[in-house]
Formats: sequence, C-alpha cells, structure tokens
Amino acid sequence: MEGFETFDAAGTEGVTDVRTQEMFINMGPQHPSTHGVLRVLLKADGEVIAAARPYVGYIHRCAEKIGEVLPLEQFTPYTDRYDYLSAMNNNLGYCLAVEKLCGIEVPERAQYIRVIVAELNRIASHLVAFGTYGLDLGAFTPFCYAFRDREWILSLFERLCGARLTYNYVCIGGVRHDLPEGFAEGTRNFCDHMEKTWKEYDTLLTRNPIFLQRTAGIGVVSPGEARAWGFTGPCLRGSGVAYDLRRARPYLVYDKLDFEIPTGKGEAGVQGDCWDRYYVRMLEILESIKIVRQCLDVLPGGEVRAKVSKALKAPEKEVYLGVENPRGELGHYIVGDGKKAAYRMRVRGPSFANLTILGKLLEGAMIADAVAIIGSLDIVLGEVDR
Amino acid sequence: MAMEFPVIAKLLEGRFPQAVKGAVTDKGDPWIEVSPGGIVEVLAFLKEEGGLEFDLLLMVTGVDRPDGEGGGEIEVVYHLASTTQGGELVLKVRLPREKPLCPTVTGVHPGALWHERETYDMLGVEFTGHPDLRRILCPEDWVGHPLRKDYEYPEEYGGISAK
Amino acid sequence: MEGEKGGIVQPAAPGVLLTTLDEALDWARRGSFWPMTFGLACCAIEMMSAGGPHFDLDRYGAGAFRPSPRQADLMIVAGTVTFKMAPVIRRLYEQVPDPKWVIAMGACACRGGPYYHHGYHVVKGVDRVIPVDVYLPGCPPRPEALLDAIMALQAKVDRMKTFSAGKAGEGGKEA
Repeated sequence: MEGFETFDAAGTEGVTDVRTQEMFINMGPQHPSTHGVLRVLLKADGEVIAAARPYVGYIHRCAEKIGEVLPLEQFTPYTDRYDYLSAMNNNLGYCLAVEKLCGIEVPERAQYIRVIVAELNRIASHLVAFGTYGLDLGAFTPFCYAFRDREWILSLFERLCGARLTYNYVCIGGVRHDLPEGFAEGTRNFCDHMEKTWKEYDTLLTRNPIFLQRTAGIGVVSPGEARAWGFTGPCLRGSGVAYDLRRARPYLVYDKLDFEIPTGKGEAGVQGDCWDRYYVRMLEILESIKIVRQCLDVLPGGEVRAKVSKALKAPEKEVYLGVENPRGELGHYIVGDGKKAAYRMRVRGPSFANLTILGKLLEGAMIADAVAIIGSLDIVLGEVDR
Repeated sequence: MAMEFPVIAKLLEGRFPQAVKGAVTDKGDPWIEVSPGGIVEVLAFLKEEGGLEFDLLLMVTGVDRPDGEGGGEIEVVYHLASTTQGGELVLKVRLPREKPLCPTVTGVHPGALWHERETYDMLGVEFTGHPDLRRILCPEDWVGHPLRKDYEYPEEYGGISAK
Repeated sequence: MEGEKGGIVQPAAPGVLLTTLDEALDWARRGSFWPMTFGLACCAIEMMSAGGPHFDLDRYGAGAFRPSPRQADLMIVAGTVTFKMAPVIRRLYEQVPDPKWVIAMGACACRGGPYYHHGYHVVKGVDRVIPVDVYLPGCPPRPEALLDAIMALQAKVDRMKTFSAGKAGEGGKEA
C-alpha cells in the first residue's frame, strides 16, 4: 500500500510511515453507561482519550422557573424529580430551606422520621450506585442483587406513603402523616437483612480482581483538586476530605446520633481513585443502617407536622440551606419577596458540580476507563440538568 | 471553629476597601457585596487566608432584579464553604441588567466553570475570561435567557410546537 | 393459540402443527420484543426495576435490552422529552429497523407531565416527535403498569396480520 513501509512483524524497526489520525467518538446521549442522557464527545488517539467534552441539558426540565411560579407548598413534588434516586432527601432539603426562610419549627418526632426515611433512601440510592456500577463494568449479578434489596426499601416506602420512587412525603412543617403500623418492625428486619447481605455484595465486587483492575488507580482526584472543582459527598470523601454536612452543619437530629464518616484511603490503589469513591458508598450503607436503628430506638411521640398557614408566603428574605444527599450537597437558595411563590428558586445539584471535572478527568484515560470514571462519580442527570 | 460573619466582614472591608461595598445582615442569610472588579482577588484571599480557608465554591448563581434603579440589576451570588473551618459565606456582585459583565472566577475556583455557564445561559451574564462561555442547559441556538423576569416562552423549536 | 381465522391445526402426524404465516410471525414478534435502553429520567428507574429480578420483564421475552438501536425493535421512551433531546430521539427512531414499536412511558412522554405548564424546554409529549403505539400514564408508572403496557402492545402485535392485510409491512389493521 502506498505510503506504508513494509511492516516487519518480528520487530518494529521497519515502521516509519504508519499514518495515524485522531478519531472523534460520540458517547451518548443514548448510552447504557452514562447513567442518563449525558453526551461526551471524545477525541481519541487510539485507545487513549486526548480530549473530552461533556454536553448536558438533555433533561433540563425548567425546575427553577417552575419554582418562581408555583406556591411554595406546591413545589415539593418537583423536588422529588431532580435526583429521582433520593427523592426523600430532595424533599427534605427543600422543606428545610423553606422552614428556615419562613421560621417554621418542626416537631421532634417528625425530625426523627425524616432522618429514618432520608437514611433509608440513602441506602437505596447507594444500592443503585453499586448495582449500576457493576453493570457498567460488565457484571450483571450485583445489579440483580442490589435491585432485589432495593425493592424491600421501596415496599417499605410504599407502605409508608403510597409511592415507590417520587414520594412527596416530607413536607413543609414535618411529614405528611405518621408511620403506619408495622413500619418500624419492617425497617428493623430490613436493617438486619441488609447487614448480612452487605457482606455478599462486598464479596461480589470489592476485592474482585477484575473490578480492582478496572477501578483501582483510575480517575484519581487529589484532595486539593476535589475541593477546587467543587466536589461534595462521597466523591469528595473518596479523595480523603472528611467533609459531611451531617457533621459540618448538622440539621435535624444528626448532632445527637452516632455515626462515622468513611473516607477514601487509597487502599486498593491511589487515594481518590474510582475504587475509593465506590468503597465510601459501600461503607456509608453500613453507617446509614446504624443511624436508622438509633432513630427507631429513641423515636419520641408527638405530632408529625407543625401547623403551617394555608396561605404560606415567602418573606422578603433569602436563605441557603444545604443537606447531605447521597450524591453530595444539595442546596436550595430561596429568595422571597412576600408572595406565595419564591422570587428566585435556585437548586444546587451535587451531580452538576461533581460532573464539572469530567472533561479534565477523562484526558489521558483509556476509552474503557471513561465508563469506570463516569460510573464512579455516580451522577443522576435529572439533578445535573434540573 | 468558623469565624463569625461580622468578623469576616470587617476583615474584608479592612483588607479590600475599594472592592468591598458593604454587608447586608437584615435579609435572612447575611452577605457581603463586592464590586465586579474585586471579586477575583477577594475570593482568592478567602481561599488562602488561614482561619478562613473558604476552599469550596458551592455555586455561582444569579438573580434578576428588573425593578431596580437605572434599568434594573442582575445580582451574581457566590456561595462559599470551608471544608476545614466549617464556615459558610455569601458574596454578591451587582451588575447593570442591560450589559451584565463579570470577570470569571475559574482561575481561583475551577469548579465555577459550569456554574458560570449556567448563569450565562439562564440570565445572560457574560463572564469575561471564561474559557468556554456557551449555553449549557438549553440548546446552543436557544433564544432568550429563561430565568429573566421578562422571558417569553417559545412558540416552537426545531419544527416542534411548544404550545 | 386460537385466532379468529387460522389458529393452529394439529393434523394426525405427531410433532407437526399447521398455522398461518401471520399467526406464526405475530407470535414470534410479540414474544420477543427487544427494547432499546432508552431511559431519559425517573421512569427509566422503574423500567430498570421492571427488568430486574422482582418484576422480571424477561418472562415476556422482552428482557433483552439492547443499547444499539439497530438491534432493537421496541423503544420505551421512559422520561421527559426536551427540545434538546428531540432530534436525538427522532434519529434513534429512524435507526430502529422495521417493524418497530414505541411505548410512551410516563406522564411526561405521554403529554408533557408535570412540566406541561411553564416547562419552556419540555416537549409536550413524545408523539410530537415520533409515532407512539402505547401510552402509559403514571408518574412514574409502577413496573407492573409497564408490564401491562407490554401486554397491550402484545395484543396490538397479535392483530398485525402482515400478510393478510395486503401489502407486506402494512400491518396493524384489524383482520
């Protein structure tokens, strides 16, 4: 062939004129491993990614504009839908911000119930993260196991409020109604079961040689970089920064509860690699089980919802309140101007901030590593785009 | 232990008398107003200074205020947190609504890259010096800035009716 | 497997069945939908649950989710359609080979859902972009509801009768 020297298969001395070219590969927005409608344009030099450009906005559903139009109490269902895997936590973040704005105090029983549902949702969300991460890397069994146990949590939630995914249960002033009969016992049974099956999950993936090869030392984010790029949540803690809002700026009754903050230590490879971020999530499942048990033990009696005026108006103030979602800090910045609807409703989605680093993180990685890296960031596009 | 807001405000006013315009404490969460020209150095100081160490830029956002004097304003709001000291801080920059220009802070906090793009997309604030200022959520040829108070909803886009 | 016309006839010879080509083809198609992994938003999670072990879409033959549109024949549009995503949906739909079907899963895909008012970036229903065979309301619909939608689609495919309807590929008319 013209332009090519004879290729000597025994050695590479004869190869001088092989032409190479960079290739553009489009990943998404329809892709099995992008965890939603994410598009990444990869400029690949062989197997290595020379540059990556993420495109988001494919599920931009105008939540902030809707927040300026609807009265405060009608906006809660929309909060379920940004990070649809942790809807209880989203409801919670929004309601806490509104309660801070309007000066509403929540009864103690409601606070404990909120913690229970928030932590159960954290376990459910981390189970999906575990299952889909395995699926991304080619392991189908973790997905089936994780979804089986997640169904238990969803059936508890269904017994509680009738919904499996988008609950609208945590509301302004407390929670919509009290725990039904059998819920506490069902939750305790689940916690016992989950502790046992956690060991199965750990055996399936954590020290699996293939998993280690694909995640250890890949996608390393140093602690300084993590802070500079706005990481929060398990991604930040995976890089060794022990920052958790439940300890740093405690809300509800977290300051009365006993739990650890797992951080990445580089056990499998380098601190801040994909494995660390994955393992932090695994350990957080155990911590959440601890928290749920403590709350069930001390659950006080009383009301579950404060009296909130039917014509609730947002005072002429502004507040910001962040909560620790399974993916990071979910913040609501609400500016009121005396009307029923907020003047400005800004939602800080943790996945949006966590994903910012993607273009830089993929540079120099192999194409197959792109999947491992995106999966380890555990993003939900509903939250990125809102 | 995190420094209290009045202490931080005084420190900044003393250190940056030109850039820091003042503090507002009676409208909910307190904030410090900074001039557009001074926001970068103030953020750099807040990040490096021992005792403050605001190393986490949580978000950059904007609020449209068309009813202010002189044709209205757009406020660009910066929310900061410290992973080491545990503090929180809010800074604001007020820009004229007709031509909202603000310097980018991606040199100090690279994580502002997408937040600034979103503020541009939703409110039309132009961040000078931003490496890649284009729309992020809406399509690149979208008309208008949706979170402005006078935004008109589109009739159709790409041949698909929006009604 | 009895139809109004045709059905199956078992003649005296064992192991031999007689039926019409339409019956056989419709039976093969309805029992082996290959959905494309096309989750957009929250409904995608319920679709994943439907594919998971608890609800098991695979017993309907519809569990072989294919990432590539070229290898799929069912597009379950699970989630909100936005203007940015609409051309992508159109392109993917055109890439799916015939015969193909679309299930609009969830209130957003049916008619815009909770984003109908004030959702400036939301398309009010995926049928403004591609033709839809089954509408499945819900926000999100339960996995059992998705199974019900698959069964409704199976009933629709049973009526396809590609050959007796006249020209090949012009199915869908009641026999």
